[in-house]
Formats: sequence, structure tokens, C-alpha cells
Amino acid sequence: MVDKTVASPEAAVAGIPDGSTVMIGGFGRAGQPSRLIDALIAQGARDLTVINNNAGNGETGLAALLKARRVRKVVCSFPRQVDSFHFDALYRAGEVELELVPQGNLACRIEAGGSGLGAIYTPTGFGTKLAQGKETRRINGRDYVLEFPIRADFALIKAERGDRWGNLTYRKAARNFGPIMARAADCTVAQVVEVVPLGALDPEAVVTPGIFVKRVVMAGATS
Amino acid sequence: MKPLTRNQVAQRIARDIPEGAYVNLGIGAPTLIANFLPVDREILLHSENGILGMGPAPPQGDEDWDLINAGKQPVTLLTGGAYFHHGDSFAMMRGGHLDICVLGAFQVSASGDLANWHTGEADAIPAVGGAMDLAVGARQVFVMMDHQTKQGEAKIVERCTYPLTAAHCVDRIYTDLAVLDVTGRGLIVREMVEGLTFEELQRRTAAPLVRG
Repeated sequence: MVDKTVASPEAAVAGIPDGSTVMIGGFGRAGQPSRLIDALIAQGARDLTVINNNAGNGETGLAALLKARRVRKVVCSFPRQVDSFHFDALYRAGEVELELVPQGNLACRIEAGGSGLGAIYTPTGFGTKLAQGKETRRINGRDYVLEFPIRADFALIKAERGDRWGNLTYRKAARNFGPIMARAADCTVAQVVEVVPLGALDPEAVVTPGIFVKRVVMAGATS
Repeated sequence: MKPLTRNQVAQRIARDIPEGAYVNLGIGAPTLIANFLPVDREILLHSENGILGMGPAPPQGDEDWDLINAGKQPVTLLTGGAYFHHGDSFAMMRGGHLDICVLGAFQVSASGDLANWHTGEADAIPAVGGAMDLAVGARQVFVMMDHQTKQGEAKIVERCTYPLTAAHCVDRIYTDLAVLDVTGRGLIVREMVEGLTFEELQRRTAAPLVRG
């Protein structure tokens, strides 16, 4: 019997080694898998490369992981926010590396990573500082920058409902990076509000098919 | 001569957004435009974090933190609206499906180069978000900004000195003083606030203007 559900957030993040590359879903706090991040902090993995749209808000979730000094490098589009003070301090002290990626390039590089593509040509960033030193090409009269896929060892995402095969649905705009990150990691771990029996999810409405998911953990509703 | 307020500029831009348009309003001042969209037009607002048909802020107490805008403020969904993931959301931009985006700016050049993500200061923490994707992808890029900085420096310039968001992307500039089109013939002045002369507008602009 295929059963991807695990009993606890601790079990869900077991085996993430030091030095791993970890995608973390969410746009700010919406869709952020805070229970998995808390469990990752308790688990102790360090020297992590984290891929997220932002670089933490306030004191919880990704901000707490940064504060605990577990992160060597952040790949994101928008680190600077009113409440990103933990990232800001570490960055200014030179204690965390930043790779800044335009948000759409972040998304399509992750999509490329999950789709088995070798690289992509994107118009975004052409002629800017963020494309300096990168290969470019003019295709049908439009200028593009060559960008490479992003993959991760683990993806930690939040979904709304999941079943034991790993099928997932999401809630409102908390979906954001979840479905594309799920496809781009060797081991995708989903924190769900509710685990439901097989067949309870409408097959027409499944957003992430279970093939992309390795572990599902019920975490209830989180703020 | 009385410059327009932020709300008046937002109201002016709203008038130019047609029925049926798919529109992304950038973080900051452009979000004000949503308050002035004519009620007799169906206009679909896009939010980069996966919303089409975004509605206004909910009443206090009804906030849903899974339903936020790009500025991470709570919003609502209009009847008929939809949610989608980031791949789809940025395909809408990059793929030329959005009709209009309205962005703030530090500088716009005579040839429509946009600088709006980084002041270039050495100790600034850079953050770009979806600005470059919007600037490159939306079919029409409108800029909403003050005509000059608070220190009186021109923001419409021959060449941007701040790092670029995208080159040759801006179609129209709405400021507190004027409406200008970026064209192959140069910056054409379409409107000026009452009491402002073309010469005075030119004096406040660091690129040559063309009378409309």
C-alpha cells in the first residue's frame, strides 16, 4: 500500500542533511509551511541554501530559520520588507549570501528544474544588472537572457488537503510557489491542513498530482 | 499652478483603463488606482501571487491571510475570479497576456527605460520582486510618479542613472504635473495641469519634450 503520510512534522523533515538546498513555499506568510520550518530548526540541519520568494517575516518561519543561523545562502526575489530584520542584519554582517532573482525568472527556473529542461531564454532582466555576464540571444527580434534551472534536494510546501498518494489541493493565494516547487525537488514534503481518504479529492481539482510528493503531514490550520 | 495629489493622479490613470482590460497595479501608489476604476467597466486586476479578479480590501475582521496582494495586504476575490500558481502568474506577464501594468519609478528616460527597483546605494539591500517581469511583459507599461523628486531633481531624464528595471518599456508617464507619451518622436506632452506652461514643464524635465 502506498502511504506517503507521516506522523509528525519531525518525521517529515527527517534526513535533511547539512548543506542541503531547500525550497520553501510561500509568498510572505501565505503558503509558508511554518510547522515544517519549525521542525527543521529543531532537527538542526545547517549550512542550507534556501529558495523562497522572500527572506522571512517577523520572528517566525523562515525568519526564525535565518535567526538560528542555519542558512548559508538565500535565493529570492524580494528580501527587503518592513519585517525582514533578521535577514537584513545577517546580510549586512556578511553572514548570509544573497542571489537576487526576478520573481518570474525564479518561477520559470523552478519550472524548468521540475520539467527536465536544460535551460531557458527569458526576456526578463535583459540589459539590467541582474543579467550582467550572462549569455544573451536575440530570437525573432526580441532579446533574451540564458538562465539555468533551479532544483533542490528538498521542497517544503504548504497545501490545504492531501491524501496518502500525495495528491494536493491548495487554498486561495497560498498556492503561489507550492505546485512548481513540488515538481523541482528530489524530496517534496507537504504540510497540509487535513489528510483526507483516497477519493475524497475531486480528481478534476487536484493541483499537484501525488507523483511529485514524497511525504505528507497533517498540521492542522496554522496562522 | 497646482500639482495633482496622488489620488488625483490615480483617478486620471483610472480613466484610461478600458472595459475588459487585464491590469496589474504595482506596489505603492499605483494600488490607489483600484479605488477609482469606473464601476460601469469590468476590469480584471491581476496580482503576481496568483490572483485574477482581485477585489478591494475586506472589512476589518474579515481578513483572510491566504488572500493577500503583492504588497502582502489582505484583499478579496471578485465573483468569477481565479487563483493559480506562480508559473501561470508570470506566464501572464511574460507571455504578453496582461494589457496594462502601472508601476512606480525612480526615473524614466526619454526612450522609455525604467529604473524602479534599486537606488544603486552600496548598502541598500536589493529587492526586485516582479518589477522586471511586468516591465518586460505587459503590453502597455504606464508609470505613475511625481514629476520631480522631493529635492526638486528631474525624474524624467535623458538617460537613467539608477540601475535599469528594463529598457524601452514605458509607454506612458502620468505625473502630478503632466501626462506624457514615450514615442519614436520623443516625449510628447498630452496634458498639463492648469496654469502650467510648456516651458515650465520643460524646465522641470531633464529630457527634451515635444508639444502634443
